[in-house]
Amino acid sequence: MPFLRAFGSYLPERIVSNAEIGAHVGCDAEWIKNVSGIDQRRFAADDESVADLALRAAQSCLDKAKLSASALGMILIASGTAERQFPGPAATVAHRLGLDSTPAIDVPLASAGTLFAMSLASRLCDSLGEILVIGAEKMSSVVLRQPMERGVAILFGDGAGACLVSPTEGKARVLGSALHSDGAFAEDLRLPFDRPLEMNGRSVILQASRKVPRAISELLEKHSRKAADVGTFLMHQANQNLIDRVALALEVPADRFYSNIARYGNTSSASMLIAAAEWAESGWPIGESVCFAAFGAGFHWGALLAQVEA
Amino acid sequence: MDKRTKITEILHEIAGKAISPADDESLFDSGLLDSFALADLVSAIEKAFDCTIPDADLNPRKFDSIERIEAYLEDHGK
Repeated sequence: MPFLRAFGSYLPERIVSNAEIGAHVGCDAEWIKNVSGIDQRRFAADDESVADLALRAAQSCLDKAKLSASALGMILIASGTAERQFPGPAATVAHRLGLDSTPAIDVPLASAGTLFAMSLASRLCDSLGEILVIGAEKMSSVVLRQPMERGVAILFGDGAGACLVSPTEGKARVLGSALHSDGAFAEDLRLPFDRPLEMNGRSVILQASRKVPRAISELLEKHSRKAADVGTFLMHQANQNLIDRVALALEVPADRFYSNIARYGNTSSASMLIAAAEWAESGWPIGESVCFAAFGAGFHWGALLAQVEA
Repeated sequence: MDKRTKITEILHEIAGKAISPADDESLFDSGLLDSFALADLVSAIEKAFDCTIPDADLNPRKFDSIERIEAYLEDHGK
């Protein structure tokens, strides 16, 4: 039976306000807030890599679990912004954690990558042992490329989150997950080589606002639960308006959806675990159901349900 | 009530005010509706015309103007 044992996160020091990014792309701070719910985001230093961000989140998570990296049976790293086509950051992070033979796999899915990796980890941990899932993104390196699209550049930030999935112990038991992919709209959210991220926002919003509530409902129904039974929803922090819309579709109060997008923007695959790490800081509420959900390029989307245990 | 009147009523409801776009005017490029209203628009069309629009048909351009919404509904026997 898989468990979520600990979360960790890392946010770069540099805070970029709406005024600063707005001046850069040619729009005003208030407009950014209105269309996205974002006040500020973090940008990594020029010499900070995706692997650097991932390593800091990994260390934070292992510290919280009081676990040595040598006990890991596998590392999964989700990122859509790795600096090179191969190798991805997974092998580098494993090496920097002092591991020389532990399998470390890149999951090159933006936004939904950590949800997919958590689901895979929960299925694999019985045979592989403790699995560290990391989402790490340096979105600033891709959204500020020219020709810059202002409606895209304003949304994103850098950061990393991590989650330790254990076969034997943890704070929350993973009950199940629902994963989906559909390539019919693959061109509507993409990152070509050497060009900035390209997004058909209307298509993404339309698809996400229907697919995410459906995936959550499907998963909850399978586990004989209703949306109202879930204490906290930890959703990919894409856009506050989208989060509110999903809450509305599920007929639950918006404040059941943990939100930090105002402070960090959309950190793609890192966002859900950064949110989880903050949520867990205030204590894991015993008996509460927690539902993770994400949607991203591909499109890939889904949900994962866990129950906090005594 | 004819189809076009029904669509116009839906648009008024979604926009929260009376709007009078030309039949071929983009509802979104013109700023009459924002991107998040698109999902509401599609749901309202499903309800008003008693149909389910499959995800594969959720191309924003199909619902971008009164003319296009009407054409979509006609193509689907509504």
